[in-house]
Amino acid sequence: MRRVLIAGATSPLARYMAHEFARLGDTLFLAARDSDELERIASDVRVRFGATVHTGRFDAAAVEEHEAFLQDVIRTLGGLEGVVWVAGTMDGLAEAFRTPQAVKRLIDVNFTGAASLLTLAACYFEEQGEGFIAGISSVAGDRGRGQNYPYGAAKGGFSLFLQGLRNRLSKRGVQVTTIKPGFIDTRMTWGRDKLPFLASPQRVARESVQAILGGKDIAYVPAIWWLVMLVIRAIPERVFKRMNI
Amino acid sequence: MTSLPRCLVGWGRFAKATCHLYRPERVKEVAHTLRQEEPNGFLPRGLGRAYGDAALNSEGGVILMERLDRFLAFDETTGVVRCEAGVSLADIIATFLPRGWFLPVTPGTKFCTIGACVACDVHGKNHHHDGSIGNFVRALTLLLPSGETVRCSRERNPDIFYATVGGMGLTGITLEVELQLRRVDTAWITVDYVRTRDLDETLRTFHERDEHYLYSVAWLDCVAQGKGFGRGVLMFGKHAQIDHLPAARRQNPFTIPRKREKTVPVDLPEFALNPLSLKAFNGVYYTTHPSREGVLVDYNTYFYPLDSILQWNRAYGKRGFVQWQCVLPYEKGMENLTRILETAQRRRAFPFLSVLKRMGESSGGILSFPMPGYTIALDFPVRNGLFEVLDELDKIVIEAGGRLYLAKDARMSAETFHATYPQLPRWQAVKAQVDPKGVLQSDMARRLRLMEAVK
Repeated sequence: MRRVLIAGATSPLARYMAHEFARLGDTLFLAARDSDELERIASDVRVRFGATVHTGRFDAAAVEEHEAFLQDVIRTLGGLEGVVWVAGTMDGLAEAFRTPQAVKRLIDVNFTGAASLLTLAACYFEEQGEGFIAGISSVAGDRGRGQNYPYGAAKGGFSLFLQGLRNRLSKRGVQVTTIKPGFIDTRMTWGRDKLPFLASPQRVARESVQAILGGKDIAYVPAIWWLVMLVIRAIPERVFKRMNI
Repeated sequence: MTSLPRCLVGWGRFAKATCHLYRPERVKEVAHTLRQEEPNGFLPRGLGRAYGDAALNSEGGVILMERLDRFLAFDETTGVVRCEAGVSLADIIATFLPRGWFLPVTPGTKFCTIGACVACDVHGKNHHHDGSIGNFVRALTLLLPSGETVRCSRERNPDIFYATVGGMGLTGITLEVELQLRRVDTAWITVDYVRTRDLDETLRTFHERDEHYLYSVAWLDCVAQGKGFGRGVLMFGKHAQIDHLPAARRQNPFTIPRKREKTVPVDLPEFALNPLSLKAFNGVYYTTHPSREGVLVDYNTYFYPLDSILQWNRAYGKRGFVQWQCVLPYEKGMENLTRILETAQRRRAFPFLSVLKRMGESSGGILSFPMPGYTIALDFPVRNGLFEVLDELDKIVIEAGGRLYLAKDARMSAETFHATYPQLPRWQAVKAQVDPKGVLQSDMARRLRLMEAVK
């Protein structure tokens, strides 16, 4: 039995990741801003799996609260073996092409918040000498694209952050997994037509948890995205800058 | 909120409509969705198993409830579950059957949401015994178009409760359902099959044996004429107890063999279903189902025989099919059933599948379909001239004092509906109170003039 914190627990992906951990008998701490949704998801996990599930309010962008928050989580669970960062947003992407406040907001949630909490978790696990950290990044962080680079830049930064963390912690028995999902069938993609390799949140959750528990360093989910991004990254910048993908 | 313009079809694939789809993932987003601009209002939709236009809203908003599917509470001692409306029956079974709880009432598919089951006040093979699902709904949480959330039950806001059970999703968006589950010992049903020679024997067998079984249903050979007219196979079932199972299964009484799912990958051509092939199919079914007692059948095979064939609705071809299901009061029941089957045969409208069952008391839902009597469901592939025949059948139902099932209907006239649902004005009074602006609409509601005064 592990004690696992899921930060940003109200997205469909986070919900189904909670299902996967609970199915294995883990104890969970689910954290998010929307407390009504949080309670619904927690009840759902309890009813379905009989799991012990705690909840707490957590704001990804409020980094000054993160230390007290993590201490509270550890106190409530009586210890901690894993932290999964799922929080992320694409809200305000359209404004982010013009207004500094919107760019800042995307980076605050998708990068700064993640880096902040995981820094604290890293220190805790480093001291403890065991544990795992997993971050839901994105294939959008693999190459800057005109359509979503404010989001992609934050996710790309997050991927690099996780990579560095892995390099630092691998010597201390702490596993760090970078998850790079492609398009997931949620409100983020709803209404956009003909997205390639669109995957259900259930599937992405299942494969993500498999990657974490299998001790993977970097996992593209579904795996086809590894190939897609290999090709996209290989396109010379001279050519790529003229493309519309 | 982003909406997705999509062409939706009813399960029979005859009714079609271009709708604007919304798919809330948080409860708050439902209220937010209702504040969008939609000239034709909104309609909640489950998994699209209504056969006709009950879950369509042309050029209007359709709110897919499937993402709001969280279980909120479960009492292990009483078997009462509280969940969101988008939870599917399949999910309820998968979650609670291993703990010894089953659905109190189930329609012929498990791929539908509990919210939609309440909206249609669905019945199952135990209607003669237990009534429809409304009898097992302890409470509902409803979001009204005004943004107000109302709890209702038989005691609290009973008018809203009885207008919503069977209310086709038009009284508010059901957010939560509190449902009483049924205690069972195993995942198996013991079935007694009785093959009958004619309609008289079919109905007599029902009356003689029905009360001894929780479940009963009859498959009818609707193609047989003359001496074998109305012959069929009655299937009486009970939940099996542990000692009914073979020794090897008693260790895991809730585990059933996994069935391979098949699919109908393409629309079959129309000539695939012709009077000859229908006759052959019905004849083969009849001869291969002799009378047998105490056959052990898993719940999937007994309740959901068609669920293992994904997209079986494509077997009826491009034009689709309609299911015509009526209920006829017991008084002159035999006579009226005979008239219906004979009329269909005389007009050469042969149903592919016909199912007969006895119904008990209504749950009290104002627009609920069930009433004491015989219900018969006939699946017809859509062909030229079919709707004229069905109009004729409707007339018999009106004269008999029966009615048609809205969850199946795609084509009856507003006049037929108004003549057969006498409680409509009472429902309209509640509708005017909970949705004065008529925000909740559907193609069916417009077709049947559900919101208009009865002439």
